[in-house]
Amino acid sequence: MEWANQLCENRQFGSKMTDSKYFTTTKKGEIFELKAELNSDKKEKKKEAVKKVIASMTVGKDVSALFPDVVNCMQTDNLELKKLVYLYLMNYAKSQPDMAIMAVNTFVKDCEDANPLIRALAVRTMGCIRVDKITEYLCEPLRKCLKDEDPYVRKTAAVCVAKLHDINAQLVEDQGFLDTLKDLISDSNPMVVANAVAALSEIAESHPNSNLLDLNPQSINKLLTALNECTEWGQIFILDCLANYTPRDDRESQSICERVTPRLSHANSAVVLSAVKVLMKFMEMLPKDLDYYSTLLKKLAPPLVTLLSAEPELQYVALRNINLIVQKRPEILKHEMKVFFVKYNDPIYVKLEKLDIMIRLASQANIAQVLAELKEYATEVDVDFVRKAVRAIGRCAIKVEQSAERCVSTLLDLIQTKVNYVVQEAIVVIKDIFRKYPNKYESVIATLCENLDSLDEPEARAAMIWIVGEYAERIDNADELLESFLEGFHDESTQVQLQLLTAIVKLFLKKPTETQELVQQVLSLATQDSDNPDLRDRGYIYWRLLSTDPVAAKEVVLAEKPLISEETDLIEPTLLEELICHIGTLASVYHKPPSAFVEGSRGVMHKRLPARTGSGESTESPDVGTAAGGSAPEAAPSIIPSQGDLLGDLLNLDMAPPTTSGPPPPTTGMQMGGMDLLGGGLDSLMGDESEPLGGDIGGSPAMGAGFGAAPAVMPASLNAPVGGGLGDLFDLGGVGMPMGAYIPPKIVWLPAMKAKGLEISGTFARRAGVIQMELILTNKAMSVMTDFAIQFNRNSFGLAPAGPLQVLTPLGPNQTIEVSLPLSTVGPVMKMDPLNNLQVAVKNNIDVFYFSCQYPISMLFVEDGKMERQVFLATWKDIPNDNESQFQIKDCHLNSDAASSKLQGSNIFTIAKRTVEGQDMLYMSIKLSNGIWVLAELRVQAGNSNYTISLKCRAPEVSQCVFQCYEAVLKN
Amino acid sequence: MIGGLFIYNHKGEVLISRVYRDDIGRNAVDAFRVNVIHARQQVRSPVTNIARTSFFHVKRSNIWLAAVTKQNVNAAMVFEFLYKMCDVMTAYFGKISEENIKNNFVLIYELLDEILDFGYPQNSETGALKTFITQTGIKSQSKEEQSQITSQVTGQIGWRREGIKYRRNELFLDVLESVNLLMSPQGQVLSAHVSGRVVMKSYLSGMPECKFGMNDKIVIDKQGKGGATEEAAGKRSGHQSIAIDDCTFHQCVRLSKFDAERSISFIPPDGECELMRYRTTKDIILPFRVIPLVREVGRTKLEVKVVIKSNFKPSLLAQKIEVRIPTPLNTSGVQVICMKGKAKYKASENAIVWKIKRMAGMKESQISAEIELLPTNDKKKWARPPISMNFEVPFAPSGLKVRYLKVFEPKLNYSDHDVIKWVRYIGRSGIYETRC
Repeated sequence: MEWANQLCENRQFGSKMTDSKYFTTTKKGEIFELKAELNSDKKEKKKEAVKKVIASMTVGKDVSALFPDVVNCMQTDNLELKKLVYLYLMNYAKSQPDMAIMAVNTFVKDCEDANPLIRALAVRTMGCIRVDKITEYLCEPLRKCLKDEDPYVRKTAAVCVAKLHDINAQLVEDQGFLDTLKDLISDSNPMVVANAVAALSEIAESHPNSNLLDLNPQSINKLLTALNECTEWGQIFILDCLANYTPRDDRESQSICERVTPRLSHANSAVVLSAVKVLMKFMEMLPKDLDYYSTLLKKLAPPLVTLLSAEPELQYVALRNINLIVQKRPEILKHEMKVFFVKYNDPIYVKLEKLDIMIRLASQANIAQVLAELKEYATEVDVDFVRKAVRAIGRCAIKVEQSAERCVSTLLDLIQTKVNYVVQEAIVVIKDIFRKYPNKYESVIATLCENLDSLDEPEARAAMIWIVGEYAERIDNADELLESFLEGFHDESTQVQLQLLTAIVKLFLKKPTETQELVQQVLSLATQDSDNPDLRDRGYIYWRLLSTDPVAAKEVVLAEKPLISEETDLIEPTLLEELICHIGTLASVYHKPPSAFVEGSRGVMHKRLPARTGSGESTESPDVGTAAGGSAPEAAPSIIPSQGDLLGDLLNLDMAPPTTSGPPPPTTGMQMGGMDLLGGGLDSLMGDESEPLGGDIGGSPAMGAGFGAAPAVMPASLNAPVGGGLGDLFDLGGVGMPMGAYIPPKIVWLPAMKAKGLEISGTFARRAGVIQMELILTNKAMSVMTDFAIQFNRNSFGLAPAGPLQVLTPLGPNQTIEVSLPLSTVGPVMKMDPLNNLQVAVKNNIDVFYFSCQYPISMLFVEDGKMERQVFLATWKDIPNDNESQFQIKDCHLNSDAASSKLQGSNIFTIAKRTVEGQDMLYMSIKLSNGIWVLAELRVQAGNSNYTISLKCRAPEVSQCVFQCYEAVLKN
Repeated sequence: MIGGLFIYNHKGEVLISRVYRDDIGRNAVDAFRVNVIHARQQVRSPVTNIARTSFFHVKRSNIWLAAVTKQNVNAAMVFEFLYKMCDVMTAYFGKISEENIKNNFVLIYELLDEILDFGYPQNSETGALKTFITQTGIKSQSKEEQSQITSQVTGQIGWRREGIKYRRNELFLDVLESVNLLMSPQGQVLSAHVSGRVVMKSYLSGMPECKFGMNDKIVIDKQGKGGATEEAAGKRSGHQSIAIDDCTFHQCVRLSKFDAERSISFIPPDGECELMRYRTTKDIILPFRVIPLVREVGRTKLEVKVVIKSNFKPSLLAQKIEVRIPTPLNTSGVQVICMKGKAKYKASENAIVWKIKRMAGMKESQISAEIELLPTNDKKKWARPPISMNFEVPFAPSGLKVRYLKVFEPKLNYSDHDVIKWVRYIGRSGIYETRC
């Protein structure tokens, strides 16, 4: 297993280090030696030993065996040594929970130390020890520290509440820490305020409706006062929190803006960006005719420009944000084109971003400069950059009509360079220019035709063919040119084939006498020799048109085309609004809503810009005028949210109802109702809430549309533990065979819309030692489907079909067939991410379709997975503690015996059971089809519905998947 | 917030690994190594998303610093923090190198524990940190000392401790500017700006209240309005004012006061700090003008002539002048003649490097070169990268002048007159390019 080997290698690299004394020793008796040194009487020796331990820990060696010895060093008045011991504790406490308890006393004592530095250190460290038992002891010291006389201790305790909340949210609520934390917002010390704000904001994110932050004019005033006094980081926390507030009216909005603007001069770019976020958001509420509004707009430009003189990484963050700001409010930076000119030694990521913004800012006033620059860039080395520059020239032509002519001549100059990819890119954009300005630049066609032979990319070939067809009457040898393409018709991509078909038909309609033979040839190639339905359909349509009514054909095929519009890559308005509320954060860098890349409930709350309070005022910005992109986003608040956003909210429904921050637009009530109706159904159908982002729910084509930010690259983390009604239904079905293996319900893997009418749903099962893929194929298209075949991509466990896909009869329209495909585990292996991901290709007479699905790892658990007791014990000790992972299974109401027998059904074997103080410990073993053993310890407390499970395996990657199986099996 | 922070050497071996959040596992360390450090391609973005985990990285010489998170963190803050972390480490042990990091790993862990709590950056001012994180380990402090430390770390003036005493009160102001230019071959300025910094090194007793003044156009104009016309005001102040596009300040400067009155007042940190940064684009004095002439003689020869002209007072001397003339990749030989200084063809850098030690103002000098080319059938034309220049001049190309820096310390008995003040102007080339 390749990745497993790599892992071993990683663990050994520590031995290669020779530079520093602590990083050196890896001798065999090392642990033993360290043990002796740790127990030495001499303080210096002790300290040296702890340092060695920390060094080993850093490089990934397992030094958990020294736990008691290191903890013994904890009681010392040497602060440096204490810190080292604490560092060790934070790392290993989780794997040694019982021994970690030994440290509690010292912690509690340290929290009462006379030295505030030590009190703070203790409370800071305790919060990082994620052991339930310790958490309980933490409460009292924490309560004291939150009211400590020293601000340093209070600011540390404030953060500790957030830590504790992350471990045990209920405990924090029960102990009333949230109220104490709220009180700290009024603390006299600005740093305490800042940390309290940070902690509360974080906690509030996981309780979207709690109104925890309870921002009101009084508390806002306190925050704004603290803003002037706290550290740069504290200012960021406060500004980010302010951005969540919605002022009551424009007057309040203005007064906050006035107090935030000084932050634009801060040396810290993050302070500046967070201030920009607050201003961009609150500006929405200001009436446009207000003097202050235009003053504010003017104030925003210089700091944004200054961000570009920061270090390159920050420039990148700034540029991604400026890209959003320019789309939302183009007027801010319209005069600042020059600062976005690319410097020769900018890193490539800065160059590409600058180019994007240049195009957005291009206007009649600056187009000459922009073009001169773009021409320079087109001669650079980086291929991606050059291509983008050439495309940019084309986009300028389309955006600024007056510049079109110069753009075309610039493109022609570039074509003369004969650099292959430059030429191809230029031809693609010239085609667009023709679409925008018909009958203007056709004189350049001759030059284009000269380069016909050098085109090898489908997009460029298709563009060129389109040009030849469209202007066939002006190209003397159009028939020869097109004929030359026809020779290799079958090797071309679909895109080129379709263009070629259309182009030849156009040619025929324009010069019917000489081209009859050509058109017949292409029609027969398209209709008879091709198996692509799109091509065939188009071929038949043309054929019929031409043979029944040539005049009508002419009217249809040579009809005047609509002009193409200016900007095609604008971010969809509702997404843009949300991203504006996330300025400075990762979301603004990725241009994706946080829900697309953050797991769990955190960050799924959608943020919105506040609505303007002024009445009867036009939402159109008067000074934008013709500037592109200005009007569309402006109108956004009043229109119905587009599909993308709707989808986002639907996904939210199982977490909490969608919250609109601020005064909701008048239509909201109605929309919410609509969403609920839809949500109820969809929600339970989908089950896995992170998966449908890929856009494959229910096959509705509109659903995925808004998600330009294709989150499909993000692996879904959950493996289909279906909640809600659907899961229950399946459970009922399984009543007849309670001991059977767990089989997840079938879900749609391939929606019909993506596969030309073929819908595939399915699941995996292990029956009598044979792994089976159970599929339901549905034909939702109009034609019959035959010739089914299936193939898998290489995957983590070498899954492969053990036989052909048995679909014997052709699948008629609206027919459904159930197939079960036996699988073997001897196929080629490649590590997938997530581990249990499987990429599948299904072929039929129409096309090949690809989809990926995730299988429950439990179907790989083999029947002889029961380990001998002795072997189990030895193996458990042998596997390093680093490989152990611990999980919680919540709300499971089986007793340990029932759990054990249920798990046995899925080949998870209980080897031993021990009962300690009312807690049942089940020791279990699992063997995977590739010989990997997974050992497990399941702790079941009577009367507690939360199970704790520890998994140990030499390949710890599988732990997550195995845990998911436990959860799925136990809950179904 | 930040979930973890890793430091790697150039091979991708971990030197420091500190995890702050439970959602970051040990495998994150490996993921970054495999996907970024060992990646075959050039780094395409400083932010990388691997399996729903985001990695932010910066590189200092051979060392990679990576911050990891699974949440929607403030990205600008993470990078600012990484830079700050580098500053702090440099202040403690000098250059950031593998050896220094290994030798100071205990210290680094201690720092990381202090300046990041649960992934939230805390006070990271070196001045404050050095009072209680020392390499020798602090001995037991008195109660007063302890509370002084904590009040400094959390206080409003977190960057300065009380009770500083100097026998001689002294301060140094350096106005450091870098002038950037992009010029077309015909001598048209495509873009030019100065980014400047005012660096202050102060050795002042107590908690001095300082006020800094410069020839900022807005301030001068405002003062002018009080009495005579604007022009008269300009004359009275004796020199021209400059228009500052934007400026940013060290956190010690009271920003609300600057916003309201445009006055720069602050209590400085002890020792060195960067008081402000600014940017100007108007009326820049371009110290040098480069006039290129490139002629292609057939397919195998290039003739290059470059003239540089200095454009400042003849009494001033520019130093460390270097002109870099790029040559095509297929250069086989170069002959150079220059009037002044030394010129060499450096094949490894694909450039002719012409160095002049000193040059007075209002002078000019010239270099001519013949470049022999190997015949190639490479279709792609030579990109002709711009000619770049480096230099150092003893004035501020933006025209910025320090008008005053007043010091008040109400509690101690020294006055503004007792403070010895030094001001120095240095203008350096930033990216100073002329296309050819």
